[in-house]
Amino acid sequence: MKIIIPVKRVLDPYTQARVNKQTQQVDLTNAKMAMNPFCEIAVEEALTLKESGSASETIAVSIGTDKTVDTLRTALAMGVDRAIFIKTDSELDLQPLHVAKILANIIKREEAELVIMGKQAVDNDNNQTGQMLSGLIDYSLGTFISKFDLSDDASSVEIGREIDSGIETRKLNLPAIVTVDLRLNEPRYASLPNIMKARSKPLETIELSSLGIDTSPRIKILSVEESGTKDRASKQVSSAEELFTELNQMGVL
Amino acid sequence: MERESIEYDVVIVGGGPSGLASACKLKQLNPNLSVCLLEKGSEIGSHILSGAVFEPKTLFDLFPEDAKDCPSLKTPVAKDDLFWLTGENKSIKVPSWLMPKSLHNKGNYIISLGELCQWISEKAMELGVDIFPGFPAQNYLKDESGRVIGISTGDMGIDKEGNQKGTFTPGMDILAKQTIFAEGARGHLGKQLIREFNLDEGKTPQHFAIGFKEIWEVENDNHSPGDVVHTMGWPLNEGTTGGGFLYHFDNKKVAVGLIVDLNYTNPSHSPFQEFQQFKRHPKIKEFLESGKRVSYGARAITKGGINSLVKMDFNGGMIVGCDAGTLNPSKIKGSHCALQSGILAAEYIHKILNEEICDFDDLFKGSSLYQELYKSRNFSAAMHKFGFYLGAAYNFIESNIFRNALPFTIKDEQKDCDSLNLNNPLYAKEYPAPDNVLSFDITSSLFLSGTNHEEDQPVHLKLTDPSIPLTRNKELFDEPAQRYCPAGVYEIIDKEGEEYFQINAQNCLHCKTCDIKDPSQNINWTPPEGGGGPNYIGM
Amino acid sequence: MSALILIELNGSDVSANTRAAITAALNLSDSLDALVLTNDASNASSVSALAGINTVKMIVDDALEHANVEVASRLIADVMNDYSFLVAGSSTFSKNILPRVGALLDVQPISDVCEIKSKNTFVRPLYAGNVMATVETSDETIVMTVRATAFEHSGDGGSASVETISASMPSANSEFISLQESVSERPELTTAERIVSGGRGLGSKENFALIEQLADKLDAAIGASRAAVDAGFISNDYQVGQTGKVVAPKLYLAVGISGAIQHLAGMKDSQVIVVINNDPDAPMSRMADLVWQVDLFDALNELNAYQV
Repeated sequence: MKIIIPVKRVLDPYTQARVNKQTQQVDLTNAKMAMNPFCEIAVEEALTLKESGSASETIAVSIGTDKTVDTLRTALAMGVDRAIFIKTDSELDLQPLHVAKILANIIKREEAELVIMGKQAVDNDNNQTGQMLSGLIDYSLGTFISKFDLSDDASSVEIGREIDSGIETRKLNLPAIVTVDLRLNEPRYASLPNIMKARSKPLETIELSSLGIDTSPRIKILSVEESGTKDRASKQVSSAEELFTELNQMGVL
Repeated sequence: MERESIEYDVVIVGGGPSGLASACKLKQLNPNLSVCLLEKGSEIGSHILSGAVFEPKTLFDLFPEDAKDCPSLKTPVAKDDLFWLTGENKSIKVPSWLMPKSLHNKGNYIISLGELCQWISEKAMELGVDIFPGFPAQNYLKDESGRVIGISTGDMGIDKEGNQKGTFTPGMDILAKQTIFAEGARGHLGKQLIREFNLDEGKTPQHFAIGFKEIWEVENDNHSPGDVVHTMGWPLNEGTTGGGFLYHFDNKKVAVGLIVDLNYTNPSHSPFQEFQQFKRHPKIKEFLESGKRVSYGARAITKGGINSLVKMDFNGGMIVGCDAGTLNPSKIKGSHCALQSGILAAEYIHKILNEEICDFDDLFKGSSLYQELYKSRNFSAAMHKFGFYLGAAYNFIESNIFRNALPFTIKDEQKDCDSLNLNNPLYAKEYPAPDNVLSFDITSSLFLSGTNHEEDQPVHLKLTDPSIPLTRNKELFDEPAQRYCPAGVYEIIDKEGEEYFQINAQNCLHCKTCDIKDPSQNINWTPPEGGGGPNYIGM
Repeated sequence: MSALILIELNGSDVSANTRAAITAALNLSDSLDALVLTNDASNASSVSALAGINTVKMIVDDALEHANVEVASRLIADVMNDYSFLVAGSSTFSKNILPRVGALLDVQPISDVCEIKSKNTFVRPLYAGNVMATVETSDETIVMTVRATAFEHSGDGGSASVETISASMPSANSEFISLQESVSERPELTTAERIVSGGRGLGSKENFALIEQLADKLDAAIGASRAAVDAGFISNDYQVGQTGKVVAPKLYLAVGISGAIQHLAGMKDSQVIVVINNDPDAPMSRMADLVWQVDLFDALNELNAYQV
């Protein structure tokens, strides 16, 4: 069983997103970038499957400018077998629909039976790509998973989904796409020896333009603004009664 | 899981200007050398903090072809003012002819040292240097003869109590023919090496300052890229020396900062609060008003000058840059010196790896770095020894009238950790509450540093004797760590009538002030799990 | 230019986020229909009572009890021929299905809309809500989820006609096995309408019990600052903040929390913020709608004793 793990390079979630007022975009100049944390969890799950003998090969895929290779090298250092880099000329504003179409192309080419990916990227927070990919290639879909048990014959997988009302258990027949939630596992570190070894692992570069996919934007970001922590007009209260009265008037009790 | 090991010709600890310059120069001198550079920050530049007004000559020495294309050199210094802040609202402009020669900045550039390091690291990678950010060197390794033979990186995935977590990943030994330590001011390995190899023998104790810096995005018309403002005086007063700066970058950005010498005497002094007050002075406020603060950080500075500069070579390696103490205190500039020291170390190591006979001391004494540092040898010591006013007068006379040619050397033998004095008349200093326009509290400041550490790991600030903060330090000085730490790491907390000493290690900015200033020398800064610490951008 | 609301049911009740979706959709179209996928036709009554809905379209089939996402998205995509907008409240239900509908329609959906500027221009959060983006879509069919906290929840009072659509069920390659509903005496932290959160000011684990008592009284979830977690008062699962959980309840009541910025980042979008603290300069107070400056234990005892 071949596993494809799409990974995304995003602004490090521990750094603050800042808006460049001139360009009206989030300023990523010199910003610290990292692998999307949900993608790390996806990589970890794929590696666990490989180590248990259930998977034959793990392949990380990412899309972007040359810097994206860093993220793929991280995936290789964590332990995936090889990487596919879809190279774009400039910072294209690729949206989930485009990304899903590009991934669909790669998955078909690789004949991968399982796709493990993050439920969302922590930059645009769309939470769409896995679902859209499943619509395009008609793989069964399990979103927001916190449990993943492959059947002995590797024909199906039992998943636990973190949904608003609790944990839903479903059985998916392969081929399938799963999108992972935080509690699925704790991703490993890319150790220094493995970072060194990752440099010689195979990384294939494919020009996005060679895939013939329409990437004209469907959504345009007109403007962005930092929401920040805003000071509020604080009103002083001095007793429980006064507090409850105010809260009742505000309709929050 | 077993520890792995790997061998390089040279391993370099620290991705600041000196370490990167060493790496580049080594590969330029001999492209066949295998060179590895480790950086504890999650990226090159993420732990770098500097003013900075930069003397570009050494960068051109290192990259004669490419330096002109370095994107950091885009804001030449246009105007150079020095103000003596004589009070909260008062100031005197020091005329240009009265300014110490060393403070003139014609031909220099206003830069972000973090960005410059990123650029040099790209050059280093093009030259074939293996750079690994996110991996601190935990220890240095020695063979039976006592020779340094490399370093080891720390284990990862260890919980608060020291147990291995599911993600445990052992560190790695990196062995090398020569190891260069370029950790910056008060490097934790540098400190041990200096002790073990007696590198400070015959030197005056090293002196440090803590430098604060914020970047502001400003809207007002007073902004003029290239303008440099330096200040002396307020809010620092007798017993505390230092100075302020404000640099106008392009893109409507201003860097504002205050350097506070760590030989201050008043235990209730808070360098952080002094910096917050400093911004309220009209000479500074006028540029910040209606602006927005976007970054905050702090870092110790090594400023003892040549009197305190340690012996830079030892059996198996070198110690360079601020780790050794190469900053020129009269110019308050260390970046070009760090680059030069890195280059010198590379030249020396290149020779000894080729088995040429070479004495580092001779190489150093013949260098322009030595000339520069020797000239300014009395600057810092005079300030320390004579206090601010006399010291300033001395420095003016020496540098402008005698052109640094006086035949004697002033030395300051007191360590910064021994300077606290309860008899200071300003004891029990209180500071106004932050106005949240110009001055802020530590927590909101810290947020802008991007500092972050994995929560479940051992505390990386180690107390030799855990009882001292609540006994000796509390009794004598009301535990000054509560005030000198620019990140609010240390707190004495009253828990149901019982006090305990809280170390918020997650807040740490890796500035090393605690390691320097603790009056009991009881705090040992050690590297946390790789990648932890501030995430400075453009600092 | 009519809009279709995807109805999410909790049992036979219409979910709160669906009600927010109706309010949002009224900014897009005067003509709203609702789509219900269910195994039980009797659920139509709660839907037809919704204010603002013209027609309730029902697809009733046993297979829709725990609908498979491939089936649901196919059915919805087929119904969308007649509509320009598909709107649902943000939830794991809609986020599972709508993007797949988008792919089937070759449309780029828009997640978590917080404000409707025009029929093709919306405001949505990026970077965990730290950045708000105004986005314009060029798709002819618009598919979106809306934040339940950003729009009023529309009420009942309508009498929509109900139209049952007969559709053949697409084949499914996954199956439902079980649902383990979260049984918590208290609401779950990230979805709670009310949160009572305690900080290090409480001083001990035992005192934290007063927070639990107040939370039970207000039917609120419990939260904590990192300092309280570090001090061992409560487990890390309850940590609110940048390194813990990000919450946006209707009411956030902070007791003895100074307001480290990491904490503020995790709760700043709360609708009403109440701060109970004895330190008037704590950063938290600046964020508050209501501030009670008082000894914490006096306040908690008084609140716990108060008859609501």
